[in-house]
Order: sequence, then C-alpha cells, then structure tokens
Amino acid sequence: MFEELLFIFFSATAIGSALGVVLMRNPVYCAVSLVVCLFQVAGLFMLLRSPFLAVVQVFIYVGAVMVLFLFAIMLLDMKQIRYERLFSARGWVPYAVVAGIAIEFVAVIYGGGMDALMKVGATKAVDVKTFGRVLFTEYLFPFEVISLLLLVAMVGAIVMVKRSRG
Amino acid sequence: MMPGIKDILMILPEIVVAVAACVLLMVEFLCRKGERTIIGVFAILTASVAAAISLYLMTTDYMGGVAFSGMFILDGYSTMFKLIFYLATILSIVISFYYTREEGIKGGEYYTLMLFSLCGMMVMASGRDLLTIYIGLELMSLPVYVLTGFLDRDKRSVEGAMKYVILGGFSSGILLYGISIIYGVTGSTELTAIARAFGEAGGLTPVVGLAIVGLICGFGFKVAAVPFHAWTPDVYEGAPTPVTAFMSVGPKAAAFAIFLRVFTEGLLPVYEHWQVLVAVVAVATMFYGNIVAIVQTNIKRMLAYSSIGHAGYALLGLLPATNDGVASVIYYMFVYLFMNMGAFAVVVFMRRASQSGELIEDYRGLAKNHRALSLAMLVFMFSLAGIPPTAGFVGKFYIFMALVDKGMVELALIAVVASAVAAYFYIRVVLLMYMKEPVRTHLTAESFGVGLVIAVGIIGAIVLGVYPGYLIDLIQRVSALV
Repeated sequence: MFEELLFIFFSATAIGSALGVVLMRNPVYCAVSLVVCLFQVAGLFMLLRSPFLAVVQVFIYVGAVMVLFLFAIMLLDMKQIRYERLFSARGWVPYAVVAGIAIEFVAVIYGGGMDALMKVGATKAVDVKTFGRVLFTEYLFPFEVISLLLLVAMVGAIVMVKRSRG
Repeated sequence: MMPGIKDILMILPEIVVAVAACVLLMVEFLCRKGERTIIGVFAILTASVAAAISLYLMTTDYMGGVAFSGMFILDGYSTMFKLIFYLATILSIVISFYYTREEGIKGGEYYTLMLFSLCGMMVMASGRDLLTIYIGLELMSLPVYVLTGFLDRDKRSVEGAMKYVILGGFSSGILLYGISIIYGVTGSTELTAIARAFGEAGGLTPVVGLAIVGLICGFGFKVAAVPFHAWTPDVYEGAPTPVTAFMSVGPKAAAFAIFLRVFTEGLLPVYEHWQVLVAVVAVATMFYGNIVAIVQTNIKRMLAYSSIGHAGYALLGLLPATNDGVASVIYYMFVYLFMNMGAFAVVVFMRRASQSGELIEDYRGLAKNHRALSLAMLVFMFSLAGIPPTAGFVGKFYIFMALVDKGMVELALIAVVASAVAAYFYIRVVLLMYMKEPVRTHLTAESFGVGLVIAVGIIGAIVLGVYPGYLIDLIQRVSALV
C-alpha cells in the first residue's frame, strides 16, 4: 500500500515535471524541471529494488549531465535568445505524434505481452555485487567496446572544437 | 562464465584495429607538423593485417563459434561483411591522401577516426546480441559524424555534421526504444533467445508491432531508407569526398549486416509482421531515390540519391528471409563497394586547384579532354545503372532472383521499373561527357593513389560482372544465416 502511494507520487511528479520541460519558456526552468523528473525516475528504480541504478541515475544524469546543461545555458547570452516553447501552439503534428504514441502505449499495456519482463524482474534482484560480477564476465565485451566509444567521443569533441578555433 | 584465451583469439582482428587506432592517436605527436601521411599508411597496414587475420580465422575451428557468452559470433557471414569494411577503409584512405593535401585538411585524427569507425562496423557485423550491435553502431557512427565536419571552411560540411549528429542521436533513441521493448517482451537481448521467445509466443501483439517499427526506424536511418533519408543528401554533399565514399559503402554495409542478422535471425518467427513494412519502405526508397536524383545538379548529391535508391534494392534482398536473399545482399554490397568507391574516386580526381569538380556540368565534354577518366566514369555509371556486362547488373539480377524464388514476382517487377528510371540520370552523365563539346579545360589530379582506386573499381565492377561465380559460391557456402 505504502509502495503504491510512493509509486503514484513518483510517477505523477515525473509526468508533471516532464510536461514542465516542454511547456516552460525559460530554459533554466526547463532544465531544473528535468532535474526533478530524473529524481523521480531514480525513485522508481528504488521501488524496483535496484538501488545501484537509482544511485547511478542521480550521479550521472542529475549530477553530471544536468549540471553541464545548466552551465551551457548560463554561458549563452540569454538576452539574445528568444524564449520559445518547444511545442508551439500552432502546428498539430507534434500533438498528433504524442497522442499516437500515448494510444499505442495504452494498447501495449492492455494488450499484454510484457509478461516476460515481469518474470525477469521478479527473479533477479540486482545488488551492486551481482551487477559488478555480471559486468566483468558476461558483459565484458560490450563493456570494453563502450570504453572505446567514450574515447572516440572525447577525441571527436576535441577535434571539432580545435578545428573550429583554428 | 569467465572469458578465456579462446574468446580473445576470436576477436583478434577487432583488437588489432582498436589497439592500432589508440596507438596512432599518440604517434601523431611524434610526427613533424603537417606531415600526417604516415598515419594514413599505418592505418592501411592495420586494416590489411586485420583482414589477413580474419581470413586466417576462416580456416580455423573457431569459425561458427560464439565468444564472450554469446555476445560475439565469428561466422562466415560476419567475415564476408568485414572484408567489405576493410576494403572500403583502405580504398577511402588511399583517395584521402590526395584530397586532404588539396583541401588543406590537417590532423592525423582523420585516419584514426576511420579506424575507430572500422572497429565499430566489425563489432556490428559480429554482434549476436542487441547490446553489442547497438554499441558497435554508435562506435561506427561517432567518428563519421566528426569526419563529416572536417572541412571547417565549408559551411555545408559543418551544417551536414550538425544535422547528422542530431538526427543520428534521435534515430538511435528510437532504435533503443525498439530494443528495450524487445527485451521487455522476450526477456533477452540475445538474438537466438529472442527468436525462441517469439516462436513460443507467436501472434502480433501491439507491443511487438511497436518494437518492429522502432527497429526499422533505427536501421532504416543508417541505411538511408525512405522516410528516414532526409540527412543523406546534405551530409553526402557537405562531407569531404573520401569520407562520403567511405560512409556510402562501409557504414551502409554495416547497417545492412545488422538489419539482415536481426531480422532474419532474431525476428524470423514474426516474419509476416515485418515483411509488409520492409516491403513498403524498400519500394518507397527505390522510387524516391531514383526519381529525385534526376533533378540534381551536384554530382555528390546525385550519388547520395543514387545511394538511397541502391539501399532500396538491397532492402528487397531482406524480404525473402532466405539464405539466397542474404547472400544476394552481401554480393550486392561487394559490387556496390567497387562501383561506388570508383565513382567517388573519379569525383576526387576532378578536384584540382580552383575547380571543385562537384557539379554535373563539370563533366561536359570530359571525353575530349580526358579519355581514360571519362571511360572510367562510364563504367561506374553503367554499373550503378545495372547495365550488363557490369557488376551492377549481376548484383541486381541476383536479388531479383531471390525474390522470384520466394514467389514475390510483383516486387521484382516493381524493382525492374525503378531501375529503368534510374538508368536515366546515370546515362545523362555519360551523354554529357561524350556527346557535348567541352566549354573549358579540365584540370585533374596528378595522383597515383586516386588513379589506383579508380583502377581497382573498374576491375571490380567488370570482373564481378563477367565472372560472378566464384564470389557468389563463396558467399553462399559460408554465410548461411537462416
């Protein structure tokens, strides 16, 4: 019962703050709203018994990514930027797409088919120890390739910035 | 299970490429300023060594085995695709030597990024798990995004890179959505487990439909299929020409490698559900690419639309979901490698001093001034149009045969009509070269490397057309998926 209440609280806040991200005009408010949303997702991970994912969610998304976002926004000259909503009132296409996806998801939930995930979720309790063990045995190959990917991302960013300066 | 020495031996080609790329990043500091050719030479060596190891692995017992608990598979299918990647990388680097000098592109990262992209493609071709496949895809794409923006004096290059990054990120998001739904439905990301789960469940639930749409969007973006093609013309036009050549062959083939593997291995039990969608996308892609190519004035843009059209033909090869279909796509990618690489090498050859050589008008009367070059272009245009006895004809013929064998005669007929449309704009270039008087002199490159690539392209485009038997037999023998 208590968990259900928490779930409703987290999801309602997540949806509300996600709407805030797209509907608010000031980019700083949008970013802060996204921070709120990401915190709720971390809460949902907690409810799913994945403390590690919850912590990583807060560390990486809230701690690293969003702080960079805010830095970038503040470094821009705000007077130059016209505040504009991501979704303009004109143009029905975005609304139609969002409505379509929403309908599809309702169909997905009532049409069943997510049973396998329920089974997976029920049998595997993910604590940090299992997670680390799996990461360095079963998932060693993708793990190594990801490290290569990060190196490329770093080199690529440096190359682009260096060139546009020169 | 702990990975052992066997797993490491199986991914040896990938290790060679990755380690060499990392080392070459540092070697650059030892080079004299502005002297970066040596890095390109080492990159070619690396790709050749990796190719030799891949070929050697084909003769060992490791063939057909999986490594890293099913994440990676070493089979004939992936090796065939890897050969395409090695060749595409080597040939693009060879034409890059001249082009980078002419455009004043500095920075050895140009070559190392190509190696990283090569490594990503290899991981994709050998991925047997959606996780590996996705990470490989990103490792392939990131370097290409950066390479697209390498001409920083040219606005088109920067704009193309920007578009490519943003749209690429967006398409990756949709692809991940599809993958996560598949994980939700089947409880696994490993292709054989997915196939098993789908086989037991059966039936089209809305959720499976959503997953299929997500995968088609993600893969369709990478192969430049309509309606996910919007980035292609701008990126192909803006990128440095050797990079355009590289991405039109390598990453495209890699995207087809995962498209075929995921759909014919993992999603085979829900075949009826994706078949119609893929057929619609393929037909739209063929016609859109070939019709819009007619009105282009820039040869790189024209080749971009032509590459969209060719993606449509290759997608048709996926539809039968038979081993013949798979083999026909691999053969088509080999053919496309030679003829497209050759056509772009001609475009590079026309680039000299103040002449960009990028307009179709620049080819007016080329035959009078430069007979050998226009003859080469003629071969590539005929091959791209699919006129016998060139390789392009055999490639298309083989795909159509796979369709007819599965009883999809209507689709084969539609594809023939689309090829007829395509012939128009390829032959227009040929007419412009041979039937018109030149209005100016043509400056062309004095570069052995570019000439060599053109020669390799011609040999490939003719040998694979006149004597296709050996390669087709080889592909059919080793690359069975279904």
